[in-house]
Amino acid sequence: MSILLKQISKKFGQFSALQDINLEIPEGELVALLGPSGCGKTTLLRIIAGLESADSGQVQLNGQDITHQHVSNRGIGFVFQHYALFRHMTVFDNVAFGLRVKPKKQRPDEATIAKKVHALLDLVQLDWLHDRFPDQLSGGQRQRIALARALAVEPSILLLDEPFGALDASVRKDLRLWLRHLHQELHVTSIFVTHDQEEAMEVASQVVVLNHGKIEQQGIPSDIYDHPVSEFVSRFIGQTNVFHVEKEDSQWLEHGGIIFDDPQGLVAHVRPHDIQIEKAETVEQSPIILKDWQHLGATIRLELSKIAGSENIVYAQMPNEQFKNLNLTKGDHVLLQIKQAHWFN
Amino acid sequence: MQVLTANNSFTEISIYRDPLWLRLALILTAVAFIVLFLCVPLILVLTEAFAKGFSSYWEALQRPEAISAIKLTLLTAFATVPLNTLFGLCAAWAITRFEFKGKSLLTTLIDLPFSVSPVISGLIFVLLFGAQGWFGEWLSAHDIKIIFAVPGIILATLFITFPFVARELIPLMQEMGYEEEEAAMSLGASGWTTFFKITLPNIKWGLLYGVLLCNARAMGEFGAVSVVSGHIRGLTNTLPLHIEVSYNEYDFVGAFASASILAGLAIVTLILKIVLEWKQQAATNTA
Repeated sequence: MSILLKQISKKFGQFSALQDINLEIPEGELVALLGPSGCGKTTLLRIIAGLESADSGQVQLNGQDITHQHVSNRGIGFVFQHYALFRHMTVFDNVAFGLRVKPKKQRPDEATIAKKVHALLDLVQLDWLHDRFPDQLSGGQRQRIALARALAVEPSILLLDEPFGALDASVRKDLRLWLRHLHQELHVTSIFVTHDQEEAMEVASQVVVLNHGKIEQQGIPSDIYDHPVSEFVSRFIGQTNVFHVEKEDSQWLEHGGIIFDDPQGLVAHVRPHDIQIEKAETVEQSPIILKDWQHLGATIRLELSKIAGSENIVYAQMPNEQFKNLNLTKGDHVLLQIKQAHWFN
Repeated sequence: MQVLTANNSFTEISIYRDPLWLRLALILTAVAFIVLFLCVPLILVLTEAFAKGFSSYWEALQRPEAISAIKLTLLTAFATVPLNTLFGLCAAWAITRFEFKGKSLLTTLIDLPFSVSPVISGLIFVLLFGAQGWFGEWLSAHDIKIIFAVPGIILATLFITFPFVARELIPLMQEMGYEEEEAAMSLGASGWTTFFKITLPNIKWGLLYGVLLCNARAMGEFGAVSVVSGHIRGLTNTLPLHIEVSYNEYDFVGAFASASILAGLAIVTLILKIVLEWKQQAATNTA
């Protein structure tokens, strides 16, 4: 189902957690609410769920105003950051809970419940754990049980609060892909909160970037990466070099071969892979040297700096092969060329 | 083997290894204290109660005053324990689940009955409901007796035993957090269902423990009840008051026979307490 938020605002005491949020999420999307900690993303998710109430504004589900509906009537599935599995119940009872608490008329009989629970446990590939208690499971298993439990009530939307936050790196990678595939299978409108831009880009079909309680940008991942609308988004999504063109650092850049022919603002953001590097023939040709470099797997990251005073470091990135062909060593003078820049004022 | 030896030598030099004489001295002091102040009095109570044989022990408990004291004590506990269980649950719920102004003040006030002398607690009720008290005239005009009557005893006991359940539950519910409750509600459970299926199973051992302590105090309270009861024999004497009256009248068998009942209650409470603590420990360990 589609979700529509209209002018949502929320304050905690003096602190303004959300300011005038307007957001539309079409049916079937997998949306990431992305932002640094304290940006209001979890609060927004909890307002959509009905676990928190907004000071003003409206929440609509499929065109229906649900702002004042209690969480238990909203038909949402919520997966908590720390899973919140019922510790005194088995995995089976946890997943069956949502079905067993339905009003008598809608409640399926135990046989139907059992069938459905086992089907869901199969879906998350954990049916063999059905008689265990939550404390006997690993983090990744708990996460998947929490998801199965939320899906049991056939929610119209699925909300996930930092779904991979508490897992170690390798499990996280697997679960990301798995969640994406699961979404493709079920097509339930889903929103997840994350502070990890890589995770948002990898999993979501749409990304909403939040900062200081406001939406900075909404769009498909590649759009957000290629066309950031603000300095914040550009800095937050991926790595970027920041050049204050008007200030002193423009000069040494010019000497190094970075000439902004057509400045469109005061600040230029340049992605590391948008910087092209050539070895300088002579020392006089460029004041910029290769200070250090790191092997990042498929690519090499280069640290470039001015000879004297190394506070200005420019990062460049290139494929392994290319780096080998350049035949650079530490201390070599290099020429830079910028292929693309994003301009901000 | 080598690792083991290394470990042993480590414990030998550990700072917790005090000299033998010191350890013995401390253990003996503790044991002597317990024997002197707990076991000896308990044995004394029982020997005095049975000093003139089992039949006079039984006879002392059969007297109308004794029976009425036992009945009143049971009635008091029966009235106060359920009420304070309910109050305690409400207070713990409010304090751990809601944000409101004056929360820390409320938390402190819950402990008030612990920090005020029971005699003062009793006097408060006399000052409120006694003949010369604030509501005294109104009460006597409507022919309602509170002080020197059963309602006063129940009120004073309610006040004294209020903190037990709440004090037990607040840290437990704080530790539990409310995510599981939120999860239950997001799955469509109503407030009541959430309480009975999620909250209660998680706090049940702590709750029972609080109820147990509350009950022990409700039956054993002396100070506050003594002030409000008026010591009317056969009417407003609870067991502790009945013991005092019997003792003052040199009816040692009667006094100690009644005391043996309270002592028995204490022992049962202690055993249950150990069982409940063990259960609660097991419950938090699996969490």
